[in-house]
Amino acid sequence: MRKRWIGLAVLLLGAALAQAEVRIGVTLSATGPAASLGIPEKNTLLLIEQGTFGLPKGVKVRFFVLDDGTDPTAAVKNTKKLIQENRVHLIIGGTTSPNSLAMIDAVAEAKVPFISLAAAKAIIYPVDAKRYWVFKTPQTDELMSKAVVEDMVARGIKTVAYLGFNTAYGEGWAKEFAKAAKAAGLQLVASERYSPKDTSVTGQVLKILSKRPDAVLIGAAGTPAVLPQRTLVEKGYRGQIYQTHGVANPAFLKVGGRFVENTLLPAGPILVAAQLPNAFPSKRPALTYIAAYEAKYGVGSYSTFGGHAYDAWQIAKGAIERALKKARPDDLAAFRKALRDEIEATHGVVGVHGVFTMGPTDHLGLKFNEAAVMVRVKNGNWVLERTFR
Amino acid sequence: MDPTIFGFLLSDGLISGALYALVALSLVLVFAVTRVILIPMGEWVMYAPLTQAGFLEGRLPATVGLSALLLLVWAVLDRRRGRAPWLLAGWAVGVGLLGLAGVRWPSLAGPIAFLVVLPLGPASFRLFFEPLPQGSVLLYLILAVGLHFVYKGLGLAFFGPDQFRLPALWPGELGVLGLPVPGQGVLLVAAALLAMAGLFLFFTTLYGKALRAAAVNRLGARISGISVREAGRVAFLLATAVGAAAGLLAAPLTNASYDMGFLLGLKGFVAAILGGLVSYPLAVVGGGLVGLLEAFSSFYASAYKEAIVFTLLLPILAWRSLSALTLEEEE
Repeated sequence: MRKRWIGLAVLLLGAALAQAEVRIGVTLSATGPAASLGIPEKNTLLLIEQGTFGLPKGVKVRFFVLDDGTDPTAAVKNTKKLIQENRVHLIIGGTTSPNSLAMIDAVAEAKVPFISLAAAKAIIYPVDAKRYWVFKTPQTDELMSKAVVEDMVARGIKTVAYLGFNTAYGEGWAKEFAKAAKAAGLQLVASERYSPKDTSVTGQVLKILSKRPDAVLIGAAGTPAVLPQRTLVEKGYRGQIYQTHGVANPAFLKVGGRFVENTLLPAGPILVAAQLPNAFPSKRPALTYIAAYEAKYGVGSYSTFGGHAYDAWQIAKGAIERALKKARPDDLAAFRKALRDEIEATHGVVGVHGVFTMGPTDHLGLKFNEAAVMVRVKNGNWVLERTFR
Repeated sequence: MDPTIFGFLLSDGLISGALYALVALSLVLVFAVTRVILIPMGEWVMYAPLTQAGFLEGRLPATVGLSALLLLVWAVLDRRRGRAPWLLAGWAVGVGLLGLAGVRWPSLAGPIAFLVVLPLGPASFRLFFEPLPQGSVLLYLILAVGLHFVYKGLGLAFFGPDQFRLPALWPGELGVLGLPVPGQGVLLVAAALLAMAGLFLFFTTLYGKALRAAAVNRLGARISGISVREAGRVAFLLATAVGAAAGLLAAPLTNASYDMGFLLGLKGFVAAILGGLVSYPLAVVGGGLVGLLEAFSSFYASAYKEAIVFTLLLPILAWRSLSALTLEEEE
């Protein structure tokens, strides 16, 4: 009899303690082909957890971090686990576009807001009943395509070829780039695909070389992006090679070596933060973030992908504080809805990748001229080529 | 399609084909002697260049520890067999010393990586397959797939998820009939042909025939004085040697990462099927076919390349089941 009373008392105590807590679930790709994207995100989340970048006032925040190994099936499994077992209020993550796209159904069904860290526009557009719950911080492939196309036109390039992943990332880029190129009057002479695990892309490269384009865009991410560029250079291609922002990390430079010299790529401003003009809005938060990241993980270790996680936190932090005025965290459904509404109401949040102002039809909130700069690889370093302001 | 492009695709297809042929040869070798379809061979093919990359970066790769550990466990399991445990322990110590030598003299990283990865094959046989002497092919296949997952996970833990770039043994290009062919590619093709010839000749000797007998009829082989256990270990040792050499030769062309091995193993398996999993020359021909098909379909329809290569299995299986080239064996 006494045991029952003690048990009840403990249960009530536990329930009382559990109340003032916001739970954030994270599923990211710390292993697998996208690990060079997921590991900096994970490191940033560890810094966030320690309070380095501020914590929302008046409530305890708990993180649950899971690894999905760059596998969409695992990402969905993790999402369901976080929602049902850990009862999280918010999900952040889905490092790659295939993973985030797969997670949409799970979060929409459970009515949990989700801030994605992946690039494809299809993740948040169009804002239908399911994408009502989905937001993202990285620049879309559409936004970056616009930057690439504008740079190509400025250089007088007329014909261009595309060689990209056969995954959702590569396909997304293929579609958006084709659209942007057509709108600007560029001629797309070839559109080839390869798998991130391929050991040879000679056939695709030969097809592209036979069309003699002025420029080639490689739609890949991480270290597997080196293979097509290396094959192009070895087969004697002399035109300008563009990569996407998916390669903006040190591992790409290391594995690419001399083969990736002079590459042009669109990137978030944080990549070349110290070289930005002082009036650029993201310069200050970028330098703060870089200082904190390098203090823990070493000089030169930061990457743009960690920056996306930082931006997600800036948005989430403000949204949590505003949502606390409207609902309590222990009322799961109500707080999740309030959090979603407040994320959508984000206005003028200055992140390391641009200034975020979201709305009912825009769940990204970035403007192209503040969120993208053109970067060139020179002597194994990232050098700012131009901004679009 | 002009002659130059055709030539490039041909050379690229033959070079990839040589890699698949080497993997196919090791698969056929193991199957012919032990009836095991060695799926983890793909992982060992990648372990060798990744170990080499570790030495080149001045680290001691964890493969050294893994090899030594497996050899020590083998020594403990065989502790009542006379001098065997001492030889095995000595081998384990030797592997450890080789590892230290590799860190100290990185210019020898290639051969040392080869010798470090070599014990993984026979040790895996002794630890995992030998205790199941009466297993069916399906049972061995399930076990092999399980081992594949283990070795892949260990590969990730040891080497990380990124790709590594390795220096070529024969850098630069040769002009072959007016086409630039990478020197490393020539080495790979030569290795495939050498391995095929070597294995073909080996299995015409008495010892080689004895090895095959061990798989055709276990009881009969044992009655004839052939050690089935030793046959399995020798087969695994030879197969790992072929696979590790393939990985070391191919890695400078393709970069190496922990997850590339599985697809290599699968395509090698498709090539081996052409030889019915028993014929070496046909396995090499199969490898060439797979490589060429892959090269040309990546030119014409790059998005469907993988599907086309694996669909090749269907006509091959149809041809094999209709032709009379079968081997009778007692089950």
